[in-house]
Amino acid sequence: MAPLVSHSGYLTARLLRATLRQPAFVAISLVQPMMWLLLFGQLFERVVEIPGFAAGSYIDFLTPGVVVMTVLFSSGWAGMGFIEDMDRGVMDRMLASPISRMAMMVSSVVNQAVAIVVQSLIVVVVALLLGAEFAGGVVGVLVMLVAAVLLAAAFASLSNGMALVVRTQESLIGFSTMLTLPLSFMSSAMMAREAAPGWIQTVSRFNPVDWSVVASREALSADPDWSAVFARLGGLLAVAVVAVWLATRAFRSYQRSL
Amino acid sequence: MPGPFGESAIKADTLVKTYGEVTALAGLSFTVPAGSVFGLLGPNGAGKSTTMKILTTLSRPDSGTATVAGHDVLREPNEVRRAIGVVTQRSGTDPQATGRENLLLAGRIHGMRGTAARSRVDELLERFDLTSAADRVVRTYSGGMQRKLDVAMGLVHGPVVLFLDEPTTGLDPQARADMWAEIARLSAQERLTVLLTTHYLEEADHLAERLLIVDRGTAVASGTPDQLKSELRGDAVVIDLAPEADLGLAERAVEAMSGTHEVTVEGRTIRSRVDNGASAVPAVLAVLEREAVPVAAVTVARPALDDVYLRHTGRSFAIAGEVRV
Repeated sequence: MAPLVSHSGYLTARLLRATLRQPAFVAISLVQPMMWLLLFGQLFERVVEIPGFAAGSYIDFLTPGVVVMTVLFSSGWAGMGFIEDMDRGVMDRMLASPISRMAMMVSSVVNQAVAIVVQSLIVVVVALLLGAEFAGGVVGVLVMLVAAVLLAAAFASLSNGMALVVRTQESLIGFSTMLTLPLSFMSSAMMAREAAPGWIQTVSRFNPVDWSVVASREALSADPDWSAVFARLGGLLAVAVVAVWLATRAFRSYQRSL
Repeated sequence: MPGPFGESAIKADTLVKTYGEVTALAGLSFTVPAGSVFGLLGPNGAGKSTTMKILTTLSRPDSGTATVAGHDVLREPNEVRRAIGVVTQRSGTDPQATGRENLLLAGRIHGMRGTAARSRVDELLERFDLTSAADRVVRTYSGGMQRKLDVAMGLVHGPVVLFLDEPTTGLDPQARADMWAEIARLSAQERLTVLLTTHYLEEADHLAERLLIVDRGTAVASGTPDQLKSELRGDAVVIDLAPEADLGLAERAVEAMSGTHEVTVEGRTIRSRVDNGASAVPAVLAVLEREAVPVAAVTVARPALDDVYLRHTGRSFAIAGEVRV
């Protein structure tokens, strides 16, 4: 356990430092979620007038959706870092050292989590400026961050695991796009579940992306149904743990290819 | 010198590895004595890198076993990883981190802490002449500097066995000479066992105390570079005659000596192969003096490793290596 914690710390520091040394990347990552909130906010402003749409303000409704989209579009690419390490030889050097494999996965997840928390807080501030009310208050925002981090852990691990299996950037891009777009459209990220076709409503019940949106939206509402929130957070935690475990096993698949 | 694990630091026993239809290793066995520099020599595709991957626990053989620093690579991979330093063909340094950060991370992964880690890193930066570049990101380093950092990273934790996979590929002649000097110093001063692969004959000849020539996944010859060369039975003795010398008389005299073969004359130069050049020279000189043939110069040339390679594989090294891009 001790090497897992210390190695995760060293490797996370490495990843965060590398990110901070790319100011353009940092700037884009900070601006992008803001743009989504502004664009979707304008585009779908009148969607709340559709019958069956319960929420009062679309910005209030949209904020958890934009946070989740941000998770998918950054954590889904986590595996690119693994592929760069493979191409460079960093991966082989690490695997020939007594480094904890789980730490290699955990550090990537923590790196994603830090990015997501910063990005989400920016989205929250912009939403407040646009007139969102967030009746759930600080606790509601915290629940949204936890849900986002758990979802990020799951997607970053899947992306890393896939990177270890496919080993090329092109294949990983294909996989990531194929997974993230349908999962976000088959959730209530942008549209109220009640306004979606019946089959999507059914599918979304089993979609972790939707769990994250629903848990956040519920916690941010005036009168949260906490059992619904915790059931979904629990589900997200389970998915994240299984994804980290599976992805760590993918190192074996990578080593078999050597 | 016997190391802490008896006489041998590495033992590979009938290693077999196939990738689909391609056989990379077809039962390779060898032993590396502790404290020596051991060279795996062969063209690309001979199985050198596959051997390295198995011995450094990156890859598993289909069959066969190997121990490194006294530990079985399949059953105790973590013990092996703690005992070895690995410098792979591709760099292995993080281009977004500084030289110092790369070294510190490598040390910390091996459990080094605080000031001990930092002073070891300073020492290595100094030794590899990287102190002034220590806090620059590696992306800005020249190829030679990156390679030096690679080797330094393999040494941070004081390994027992160091693996160098083609350490000088892609380096300019000056950087290559520097690297050779450093590798020679490593084995002399740190009592390290070094396993290096190379497809440069002169590098193997220059650095390795013992050599294993591999071709198509099997060992074709092994020994010290000198042993391998003397297997060819014959140094070249080249006699340059003075202008007034009687060529025919000299040629007949040399041919008549016991132990000389393949006597040829070209201009005023007589070449012959002898079993042992060093002892043949005085005899040749004595014979020519008796016949009153004036001699301008005598030189002895040992056979080169590419002659050895050609003899064992039936292909010249240059041709075998041409697949490399």
